[in-house]
Amino acid sequence: MIISIASGKGGTGKTTVATNLARAVDGEVRFLDCDVEEPNAHLFLNPTITETYEISIDIPVVDGSRCTRCGLCAELCQFKAIAVLPEAVLTFPELCHSCGGCFEVCTENAINRGKRTIGVIEKGQLNGIRFRHGRLRIGEAMVPPLIAAVKSCKQFAGLTIIDAPPGTSCPVITSMRGTDFVLLVSEPTPFGLHDLKLALEAVRFLGIPCGLIINRADLGTGDTAAYAKRENIPILMEIPFDRRIAKAYSRGKLIVEAFPEWVEKFKALPAVIDRIASGRFPGSEGERE
Amino acid sequence: MRELVIVSGKGGTGKTSLVAAFASLAKNCAFCDADVDAADLHLLLTPKNRASHDFQGGCEAVIQPDRCSACGTCRDLCRWDAIDASFKVDPVACEGCGVCVWFCPENAIDFPVKTCGQWFIADTRFGPLVHARLGIAEENSGKLVTLVRQEVENLAAITGRDLILTDGPPGVGCPVIASLGGAAGLVIVTEPTVSGLHDLKRVVQLAAHFKVPAMVCINKSDLNGDMAKQIEAYAEESGLPVVGKIPHEPAFIEAMVQGQTIMEFSPQSPAAGNIEEIWYKIETNLG
Repeated sequence: MIISIASGKGGTGKTTVATNLARAVDGEVRFLDCDVEEPNAHLFLNPTITETYEISIDIPVVDGSRCTRCGLCAELCQFKAIAVLPEAVLTFPELCHSCGGCFEVCTENAINRGKRTIGVIEKGQLNGIRFRHGRLRIGEAMVPPLIAAVKSCKQFAGLTIIDAPPGTSCPVITSMRGTDFVLLVSEPTPFGLHDLKLALEAVRFLGIPCGLIINRADLGTGDTAAYAKRENIPILMEIPFDRRIAKAYSRGKLIVEAFPEWVEKFKALPAVIDRIASGRFPGSEGERE
Repeated sequence: MRELVIVSGKGGTGKTSLVAAFASLAKNCAFCDADVDAADLHLLLTPKNRASHDFQGGCEAVIQPDRCSACGTCRDLCRWDAIDASFKVDPVACEGCGVCVWFCPENAIDFPVKTCGQWFIADTRFGPLVHARLGIAEENSGKLVTLVRQEVENLAAITGRDLILTDGPPGVGCPVIASLGGAAGLVIVTEPTVSGLHDLKRVVQLAAHFKVPAMVCINKSDLNGDMAKQIEAYAEESGLPVVGKIPHEPAFIEAMVQGQTIMEFSPQSPAAGNIEEIWYKIETNLG
């Protein structure tokens, strides 16, 4: 089973839920941190990184001696990454989306494949958790290909946990796509609720069953719980605001390590999620499109 | 006219609540919500929209079945796996690169311009605001950020404002990069946690990469005193001014529930006092 953890709003506790779940459950777990702009899960899981490799995308490198300045490549490029002048061709590698169109359209074989590194993937292990995250190169704008690289790994029989980035646009969609269940994490504040609604739209757009965890559940209002009820989203856990939990978090400690009474609560989640995802949870939207 | 952009790297550090608090202190200022993906500033500034416009981010490939001969050229060329075996384009996966449109031997692929969101010009009790709403699962958030920043600049010029205050998006990717270029200053709101410090460092590198002068503000500073000290030490090492610290303040949430800034809801709170000092320091740093 693949569970992705998303929120819309940042800072609601996605990484907290994802890392505690990974630590609490029995059996083999694979953890994929897809928040490649600001990956944080490793700060809590402390995996030993055993392998690091760069991810790059193809960009055009124009061979001036072969180029006839016909201009087809610039005409095709939707991202304004190539400009053809009478005497020279300029490329803007940072604008290139790596669609490959220029390589195909050039009739003179004048465009060679160069590389732009978009980030690195780091792989590691820690007692029973196979860990993997991406780290976007600073200054790089193309996020989805790196997320896709974090997600592209072999079939895995155990539980896969995906920590998604905040928001509702392409990086989040790339992270949630193809997962069996989305665990939404929100806080009961007006900002949290507003962004939860957006996140739910994205989840429904993808047609993935979901459930909600309300973090800092006693701060704010009851509107989030009421909304979840109206929308028929099961609330799977409520985590109260507790200064001790916040303090443990600030030091990089997991809740399940600092407060063992939470182990059973996190441990119970996959079975409930499995029931919802397969449509066997009463009153939930389990049907998949 | 200068623009001050507030970012955080990590989400949930209190960026938007602080932007709203600064809005109630700033004089002769126009505002911009550049967190187009999950915009929240309007919940505190309660804008009255005076104009709304569609945002057209790019084009989208649409295969016309009556003209398609199912030759497979598009599927071979598409790098986004956006075309399925029955020759339908998945609009979410489609990057809008137009390669399939160009090479289709039957000219069977249309390439209409796509509306990806809306942007608004609005009035607030503190001054004019430009904000936007990117559609769900849409791309081109960077383009929309660039657009709202251009529009707020026009609006500020027309209405004679000296300063633009921009609420930036979280992260360090495309929309954040689009928020930084040309800004006079950047305030990075962080929190004293291991994640806060980790993410702060990445935003500081990004600011240096684009040569935008940055300042650091530590929110929820009493959550972990040692970590707050570590952040201050890091800022000093990196030559970044720390404009202030704000202790954890439950009134931020109560103010949010009332749709108010903390300066309106709880002007006597210690946090409100800190924010006033911080705003004074930011203005001094901007010069």
